[in-house]
Amino acid sequence: MDLSFTPEQITFRDEVRAWIREAMPPRIREKAAVDGHFEHDEIMEWHRILHTKGWAAPHWPASWGGSGLDVTQRFILTEELELAGAPALSPFGLMMVGPLILQFGSDAQRKRFLPKILAGEEVWCQGYSEPNAGSDLASLKLSAEPDGKGNYVLNGQKTWTTYAQYADWIFVLARTDKTAKKQSGISFFLVDMKAAGVTARPTLTIAGTPAFCDTFFENVVVPGENLVGPLHGGWSLAKALLGHERTYIAAVGLSTRTLRRVKRIAATTRERGVPLLEVPAWRARIARLEIELWALRMANYRAIASAELGHAPGPESSILKIRGSEIMQQCYELAMDVMGHDALSWHNEPGTIPAIEDAIPPQFNYARAASIYGGSNEIQKNVIAKLILGLPS
Amino acid sequence: MNFDLSPDQKLLESTAASFVKKESPVTRFRALREDPVGWSKSLWKTMGELGWLGLAFPESAGGLGGSFVDVAILLEQFGAALLPEPFVASVLCAGTAILRLGSAEDHEALLAPLIAGDTSLALAWAERGGRYDPTWVETTATPKGDEYVLRGEKIFVLNGHAADSIVVSARTAGSPGDSDGISLFVLPRDTAGLRITPVQTMDGQKAATIRLDDVVVSARSRLGAEGAAAPVLDEIMDLGAAAACAEGLGVMRTSLAMTVDYLKTREQFGVKIGTFQALQHRAVDMFIRTELTKGTSILANIKVEDPDPAERRFAVSAAKVELAIGGRHVTQQAIQLHGGIGITDEHDIGLYFKRMHVLNALFGDEEHHLARFAAQPAF
Repeated sequence: MDLSFTPEQITFRDEVRAWIREAMPPRIREKAAVDGHFEHDEIMEWHRILHTKGWAAPHWPASWGGSGLDVTQRFILTEELELAGAPALSPFGLMMVGPLILQFGSDAQRKRFLPKILAGEEVWCQGYSEPNAGSDLASLKLSAEPDGKGNYVLNGQKTWTTYAQYADWIFVLARTDKTAKKQSGISFFLVDMKAAGVTARPTLTIAGTPAFCDTFFENVVVPGENLVGPLHGGWSLAKALLGHERTYIAAVGLSTRTLRRVKRIAATTRERGVPLLEVPAWRARIARLEIELWALRMANYRAIASAELGHAPGPESSILKIRGSEIMQQCYELAMDVMGHDALSWHNEPGTIPAIEDAIPPQFNYARAASIYGGSNEIQKNVIAKLILGLPS
Repeated sequence: MNFDLSPDQKLLESTAASFVKKESPVTRFRALREDPVGWSKSLWKTMGELGWLGLAFPESAGGLGGSFVDVAILLEQFGAALLPEPFVASVLCAGTAILRLGSAEDHEALLAPLIAGDTSLALAWAERGGRYDPTWVETTATPKGDEYVLRGEKIFVLNGHAADSIVVSARTAGSPGDSDGISLFVLPRDTAGLRITPVQTMDGQKAATIRLDDVVVSARSRLGAEGAAAPVLDEIMDLGAAAACAEGLGVMRTSLAMTVDYLKTREQFGVKIGTFQALQHRAVDMFIRTELTKGTSILANIKVEDPDPAERRFAVSAAKVELAIGGRHVTQQAIQLHGGIGITDEHDIGLYFKRMHVLNALFGDEEHHLARFAAQPAF
């Protein structure tokens, strides 16, 4: 049993750290220092910088421009990027549709789409949820009907399509057979956001920014070549995505960084002249969350070590999404509590509250999404109850 | 990073698992609750013959030179079966004190028979005024010629009721709370003036209150240099806490397994109660807590042997807090999901609940370790 990284892994970590310091443009670095909110163009700028280093899609096979890094190196890279406060890249191309096209797409689809995802030349969004198909995703209604000329015509609505307002492409699950059992009549399409009949309408989130959209499809013509995998076979593609590497999902680096911010804020926030970090009750509360984060980190390490040895994901990996989201939320909540009156501030002029606190109220709000997206935590628990504990349905 | 057990460790694990299943079913522990010793000397001897009592000691002291990861493998199985034999008190507490501070003669005289399973030991460190701080020693050892006179009281001395010899901490200089000035003395149980009063613990095990009424001991019974025992006691607190984590993990695993079994068999409203989502999610929460505790327990097992005491304390205190959070959650939910039967003495789940509570209170509770964690330089 061995908890330590190898000397080679430590060297790699140091290289990553040094590279990030060097490569981060001043404007991004300034925001990173105070964990500010990154605009879409800043995220894409950072995407292209990572791409020049070959680190935009570290988990892709080297033949398609992946990094050739192993599981542990990928974890180190992810954690260092999070610890540095670097912009989080949009996951929809790199983490979701890219790997799906790799696994299920045709050669032509791979050649057409993968290089542009990798280079950050085309931005993607995800069209899964609908107003009446959330956790019960298989009840989705977006219809795709053949037009007899080799195309499909899409009609309906997707919702929670994060950053659809910036996206060039959307991948959707659509119903191609209304008579089949609900899971078996679904197909997976790639749709050009510029196609006639596609409208994305941004929705203001509780963070006060328009993160996601309602996306409408009105007689949108999609060429047959944009069907991925077999017709009516979309559900197994959607499920396969969940089986992909999820060791990144715990966001240990991000929460570690947030907790460091909490300590920095607690060291400068005083009550009756005493920094909160010196007050035993506050110290104990911070310590407790740090220990819970250690427990998550160990579960993550176990999942990585197991993947490194080629084992199938074990029970420890099933808890990463649930605990990762809960801990992330608790970190922001603690930050808000430590801030006191400053936590009341909402998108004010810079300088109203200390810069390090500025982004926390919106982040605290948006963090509530973490236990909902990607399959709500309750759905995750249903899966664990059935597949791991073997409880009856 | 690699968290797989080695082939030898897997063998140790399966041997220990089948040993406790065969030799120590919970029915045995139930019967031992009524026994004045509360554990079996013949089983202790068998554990010695298996080499388990020497596992933690280096070969130079007659042991097998195992790591704490090896020890934790045993302890997890002991916890899973509620095995009451005094491994932690004898081997990890008193044994470590003698190993670290004693002479080669002490090793021969005290560790050799322990390793063989012929004797058991205890470490008397806790005092009423000190909670979990082993430097809070009000017990005094006053030099008198070539002897010391010991006066004081020790509480909840694990295995104190049955140990052949008891290692006692006493102050040869300074005031309660000082690190300097604490010495350890080895007292055979028949030492004049040593008053051992057996007490019961909530989990059905036994301990002792020990009073030292002008106990006269020779200077030779002192372990190591005078007044220098505090760092070893600090290490022992971490060994004890890490041991509680390993044993507690076994308790949690069994509690989870029993509860999931119950959900799969118990019927109400004409269906298995495990079909109810409200109960499924409770069971999943128990599973999550068990996995989290396993991770921090591994952390403690590895770091408890770290040469840097700050690293050791940081990891072990984290693990003990996580055990408290997880162990409490899992055993409380286990009783809730068993319903009324979980409240009866007849059902085993209550025994696991009680053992967990004791493990959480031993070697520093949640509040103690939270404060200790936050006091480390890495915080």
